[in-house]
Amino acid sequence: MISLKRSLTELGQYVQTMGRTLAVPDRMRMFYKQYVTEMYQLGYNSIGLVLIISFFIGAVICLQIKLNIQSAWMPRMVVGYTTREIMLLEFSSSVMCLILSGKVGSNIASELGTMRITQQIDALDIMGVNSANYLILPKILGLMTMMPVLVTLSVFAGIVGAYATSFMGITTIPELDEGFRYDFNQWFFWCGMIKAVVYAFIISSVSAFKGYSVVGGSVEVGKASTDAVVASSILVLFADVFLTQILT
Amino acid sequence: MIQVSHLFKSFDDKEVLKDINATFKNGQINLIIGQSGSGKTVLMKNIVGLLTPTKGQILYDDRDFVSMPKKEKILLRREMGMIFQSAALFDSLTVLENVMFPLDMFSDLSRDERVKRAQLCLERVNLKGTDKKLPAELSGGMQKRVAIARAIVLQPRYLFCDEPNSGLDPKTSIVIDELIQGITHEDQITTIVNTHDMNSVMGIGENITFICEGRAEWQGSNKEIMDATNKPLQDFIFSSDILRQAKIAYDEQKITRK
Ligand SMILES: Nc1ncnc2c1ncn2[C@@H]1O[C@H](COP(=O)(O)OP(=O)(O)OP(=O)(O)O)[C@@H](O)[C@H]1O
Ligand SMILES: [Mg+2]
Repeated sequence: MISLKRSLTELGQYVQTMGRTLAVPDRMRMFYKQYVTEMYQLGYNSIGLVLIISFFIGAVICLQIKLNIQSAWMPRMVVGYTTREIMLLEFSSSVMCLILSGKVGSNIASELGTMRITQQIDALDIMGVNSANYLILPKILGLMTMMPVLVTLSVFAGIVGAYATSFMGITTIPELDEGFRYDFNQWFFWCGMIKAVVYAFIISSVSAFKGYSVVGGSVEVGKASTDAVVASSILVLFADVFLTQILT
Repeated sequence: MIQVSHLFKSFDDKEVLKDINATFKNGQINLIIGQSGSGKTVLMKNIVGLLTPTKGQILYDDRDFVSMPKKEKILLRREMGMIFQSAALFDSLTVLENVMFPLDMFSDLSRDERVKRAQLCLERVNLKGTDKKLPAELSGGMQKRVAIARAIVLQPRYLFCDEPNSGLDPKTSIVIDELIQGITHEDQITTIVNTHDMNSVMGIGENITFICEGRAEWQGSNKEIMDATNKPLQDFIFSSDILRQAKIAYDEQKITRK
């Protein structure tokens, strides 16, 4: 009972904070500056991680299928085709965002939490700045802009990873080529983009709320950062089931 | 002038402020003094609107702050400057960017003019040449001075300082006190300072409000405080031996003068 009441209160506070966040910025000039910084911080700085993970996952999926699933009665394009569809439909668009929620979510929550406990947010409020709008909106929009880019990069890195297996002599380039081109449905790509944008909103807004509403000291900042990752991961998974159902 | 009347504040069922009445005058340093935990910070947070009072009235030059609509509150806040106990500088911005921040946000000046104005304020707090440093690279006293520069850059009508010299040595404390005093007198600001530093009380206290256990027990100037008969106030200011002896000497002098 108590925990239900607490969750509902928290939901209410989240909605309230988002209400203050989603407003026209006081100063466009300041907003653009923050927006570019956040795209760099949250997006550009994640590119390395995305490329490495996607490259290896692409390679491993390709190997698994080739070694464990493909058999004589299957067409040879199955390897490339399956790898492409897994990357496009699930890994790059959802699992990748789940991994990023760990990196980006804890980053956002601990940054805002520290600003809260060192009274930097109070200082903004005293100046008459809408602190939620100034701090959170650029993060949300920045991540929503960069996430589709990261997802696209992830798909390509996965495919490059799959090609790399041919150098191990396990697959051949022609069979992969054939698979990658076979029956390409463009809508799957757009599904990935839609998912990316929705997850970006979930991850950034939930983590920002957790950090922004910290009360206490460094222990609470640590807790907020963990909570942010847990909450945004679970919500991303829920959204995944839901979106997969309505988009396909 | 800021007037606080019948102000109450409680957290859950803990009553921290009990019926506070006080007047803070224009162009003067208004001190709020009291023991640690007496409610000074809570009172100041109520006055600036970081906390909402349970009951009571706060008038900023006859404008009722508590019942004001949100939009007007935000506009009124642009007339306030505040220096926090922990300085609260934006740690990702340089010193100059910190001081320029309120200008960037609210003024229509060109970039050059904004830089010039910020540098002028940094000069006023004797911090020339630290423009490009980050707050983490400064000492505590320097951070406080940057915070002062940031608070006065928009020429506020009301300045709030929560223990501006906590954690500073006596000499630096005096520098900070005199800085705040100079700014208050020159610009005719209503300044409210929270402190439990007796040096500040005697040095700059033009209008002192003494808070004890959430009640405003006494109000007067630093000249009157030596003659105050309020028991909790006497216990508070004459708690150290040196000040007790000063008080005895003062009383004797008064008798011989008579
Ligand atoms: N957010 C809060 N929730 C509950 N109680 C609080 C809260 N903030 C302050 N208090 C209580 O209010 C009382 C007054 O605290 P306050 O911070 O105003 O003291 P202070 O006079 O500023 O002391 P100091 O000189 O040490 O800064 C304390 O007993 C404190 O426990
Ligand atoms: Mg205090």
